Amino acid sequence: MDLELIITSFPKLLSATLVTLKLLSASLFFGLFLGLFFAILRLNKNKLVNGFAYGYSYVFRGTPLLVQIFIIYFGLGQIEYLRTTFLWVILKEPYWCAIIAFSLNTGAYTSEILRSAFETIKPGIIEAGRSLGLNKMFIFTKIQIPIAIKQSLPAYGNEIILMLKGTSLASTVTLLDITGVAKFIISTTFRPIEVFIVAGSIYLFITFLVHNLIKYLEKKYRYQ
Amino acid sequence: MELISFGDNGWGDELFVATLMTIAVAITAMLIGFLFALIFTPLKLSKYKILNLVANFYTTVVRGVPELLVIYLFFFGGSGAIMYVAQIFGYYDYIEINAFLTGAISIGIISGAYSTEVFRGAIQSIDKGQFEACHVLGLKKYIYFFKVIMPQMLRLAIPNLSNVWQITLKDTSLISVTGLVEIMRQSYIAAGSTRDPLFFYSFAALLYLMLTYLSMKFINKLEKNYSRGY
Repeated sequence: MDLELIITSFPKLLSATLVTLKLLSASLFFGLFLGLFFAILRLNKNKLVNGFAYGYSYVFRGTPLLVQIFIIYFGLGQIEYLRTTFLWVILKEPYWCAIIAFSLNTGAYTSEILRSAFETIKPGIIEAGRSLGLNKMFIFTKIQIPIAIKQSLPAYGNEIILMLKGTSLASTVTLLDITGVAKFIISTTFRPIEVFIVAGSIYLFITFLVHNLIKYLEKKYRYQ
Repeated sequence: MELISFGDNGWGDELFVATLMTIAVAITAMLIGFLFALIFTPLKLSKYKILNLVANFYTTVVRGVPELLVIYLFFFGGSGAIMYVAQIFGYYDYIEINAFLTGAISIGIISGAYSTEVFRGAIQSIDKGQFEACHVLGLKKYIYFFKVIMPQMLRLAIPNLSNVWQITLKDTSLISVTGLVEIMRQSYIAAGSTRDPLFFYSFAALLYLMLTYLSMKFINKLEKNYSRGY
């Protein structure tokens, strides 16, 4: 055990934590909107709309995140036309490619979580709203969404933790997040255990915070 | 289409072999995971606090740390650790463990943590009366476990184990960083030499989709088989 390495690698990994957290929060932010959008599509009675949303979640949940990142980072750059559009400004940056891939991925899982939450809402609640003469939009935003959020908190907490682990894949497209820096230190010092302990503890600490935050929210929004 | 043809011009045969490799790694990892679950599930359910602590440490750490980091640990640290153990027994040559084993073990340890949680949940949701009935009937320990608890546990565990299998299957793509030629690595090689990453990575995605689809079909059958009588 090399204590000195643990101490010297800690600040390096800590500054990389910022990259991880940025990736995580950005992809969760976009993923939540994507998830909500596709969950609403899933509830649509139109077969085509429904099928499209199902296909999206099936493809993104059925393939590894690594493939998704590689398709977006290495694959899309190959299309000549894309290089001429303004999209190229975004797609040439590995940072944004990672965020796009992560958002699409977490969006697929979130849409499933939200869909099942919407489906468990008792029809009586919506009928009560309708009989009070509330319009559809109002019922959706003020009744269905808050209940769905409450219902899906535990599952969404898991998804946040899965996504936190997913951000480690950003290191495969040259980004220096916690795992990227850890790999760099390991390959220069050949001391995997010490680096693993430090990097692992940072990840576990974030997991711990997320876990407690979700627990707190669950308690706060429990039915009285 | 020529790109995925079999033979010297295409990558079809290489990708086919790579797909078999992915399946092989995933199955090996899943089995190693079961082995770990077999050790840690009893520890989780034990009445001794210290054993619980050990099992909880394993499942919490492995499920809270990125898979890639675990793979790096074994990839860079695996042969070092084995050489260290070998030196105790007086063997001083360089030992290299191959990429397949490194990958299967590291993914296996991850999948084991998830399996442990699944088995623990399944055993805990078996009705208490079943255990008591076995006790009252004076069944031998192993009959009691294999004939009474196991079948009931499997029925409850299979839906969740299918999730673990999906996670394990997808995690195998991460082993490509160690150079093991499975789907992802082969696509990387093919994409590099043909300069057609979009096609090969999309094809890889298709292969993974096919694998997840087929295994879902298979697991659904298994599930039906185990829930006969319910």
